Amino acid sequence: MKTFIVPENIAISDSGFIFLPSTGETFTLNELGKQIFKLLQAKKTIEEISSEILKEYDIDTLTLERDIEDFILRLKSLNLVTQV
Amino acid sequence: MSAKKIYERPIVTKNQAGFMNKFGSSSLVKPKVEIDGVLVKDLVQKWGSPLFVISEKQIRSNQRNALRIFKSRYPKVQFAWSYKTNYLKAVCAVFHSEGSWAEVVSEFEYQKARRLGISGENIIFNGPDKSENALLTAIKENAKIHIDHYDELYKLLEITEANNLKANVAIRVNMDVGVYPKWDRFGFNYENGEAWQALKRIVISKNLNLIGLHTHIGTYMMSADAYKIATNKLVDLAKGLKNNFNINLEYIDLGGGFASHNTLLGQYLPAEEVVPSMDQFADAISSGLIELSGSLDELPTLVLETGRALIDDAGYLISKVIANKRLSTGKRAVIIDAGVNILFTSFWYKHKIHPANETGVHTEDTAIYGPLCMNIDCIRDSIIFPNVKKDDLLVIDYVGAYNVTQWMQFITMRPNVVMIMQDGTVELIRKSEDIDYIEQLEILPSSLKNR
Repeated sequence: MKTFIVPENIAISDSGFIFLPSTGETFTLNELGKQIFKLLQAKKTIEEISSEILKEYDIDTLTLERDIEDFILRLKSLNLVTQV
Repeated sequence: MSAKKIYERPIVTKNQAGFMNKFGSSSLVKPKVEIDGVLVKDLVQKWGSPLFVISEKQIRSNQRNALRIFKSRYPKVQFAWSYKTNYLKAVCAVFHSEGSWAEVVSEFEYQKARRLGISGENIIFNGPDKSENALLTAIKENAKIHIDHYDELYKLLEITEANNLKANVAIRVNMDVGVYPKWDRFGFNYENGEAWQALKRIVISKNLNLIGLHTHIGTYMMSADAYKIATNKLVDLAKGLKNNFNINLEYIDLGGGFASHNTLLGQYLPAEEVVPSMDQFADAISSGLIELSGSLDELPTLVLETGRALIDDAGYLISKVIANKRLSTGKRAVIIDAGVNILFTSFWYKHKIHPANETGVHTEDTAIYGPLCMNIDCIRDSIIFPNVKKDDLLVIDYVGAYNVTQWMQFITMRPNVVMIMQDGTVELIRKSEDIDYIEQLEILPSSLKNR
């Protein structure tokens, strides 16, 4: 099972605005991006995150899997998560 | 159970304050759902993707607008359609029906114009490579032959004398107009006196009838002043001919090269903001022609061979998204089914690309690649683009010039080309290629068969 570590002291606002104090960088998340990021912060696994979103949104499993995969790849490249 | 929320894929965007500018970027990508009132998805459903679409209405509007702009400044104006820019029959036919002559640069293009019913006297024959056979035909059909070099001049003298014919000729003149690199490989040079020498040689020949002067100072010209300098220099030659030999030229041909609204690679500001308008080009040329004196009958016609500026915005390329990718840097890449083999101009333009349907508000720096298995196949290496998914349609703007002449059959086939007619109907004007078409010219030696 994949879990991810989000850097400490990261600040995220209700509108999906992220501030990374260590580098001073800022990022913007859309609604679903914000939701997933908060679930990652809460140390949820990808499987847990997927099932939660599938319940809530009108989307099929394969598309969601692909999009989450891409999203996490992007978060990694921006140093917003590291994989355990 | 209540209805589920509408899904939009998760997106994270890095905020880059350093790259912000006062021009903004989000407004650059707007969805383009229809072309001339025809839905993009309907076009693809019927004709497939990729698909070139040409607007008859836009061509006519561009041509009429250009003619009006020049005619309001100089009384005698004649356009000649530059075949190499787009020589599909349907496109040429629209220009000819608007009164344009044909401007051709090879025997092949000459034949295309003749097949479309254009008489020789309405064809300007340019270019450095005119075969003896092509010249003989052009002379017999009273075409306007623009001489490029001395070897061609002497060849014409030889052909006309041997066949007891008279040829209608002009010379192409190259000159310094303050724009570099100079296009001095075509025609006779003005500054070193070569052009004047060539004119004198023509004047004393009884078989060559000097009817015009021609120049073409470059392509995608971003300075209108250069045209004023060019006009002044041709007018100077015209005055010399009048004063020394009492010759009144039929026309002065300023060529083309007016920039379109496509933005060049490496150009920071959008073309709309830096490229001179047609009015500015017309002002520059007409202010130079004012130096000519004489009655209306004696004034030469101003001939223009504008290509790109009249057709670029009348052409669109519709393409389908094949896949989304993440590059090793984290940058997004979109692969589409139109490659550089059919969109040749992506080597020098930052083409505008629109999704054909409404997209989310989030945009991301994206590379757009074609389908060829070649690293050079890059349509845009960086464009702020909304999220699109597989099978979404995109519309690439301003592709009417040079693409359907310089395109290559390479790895994939060249696609259908349709024209949206003035009345809104859609006509196929060039069929997509298939393997039979490609292989019909190939011959497999019998020793290699059945191996």
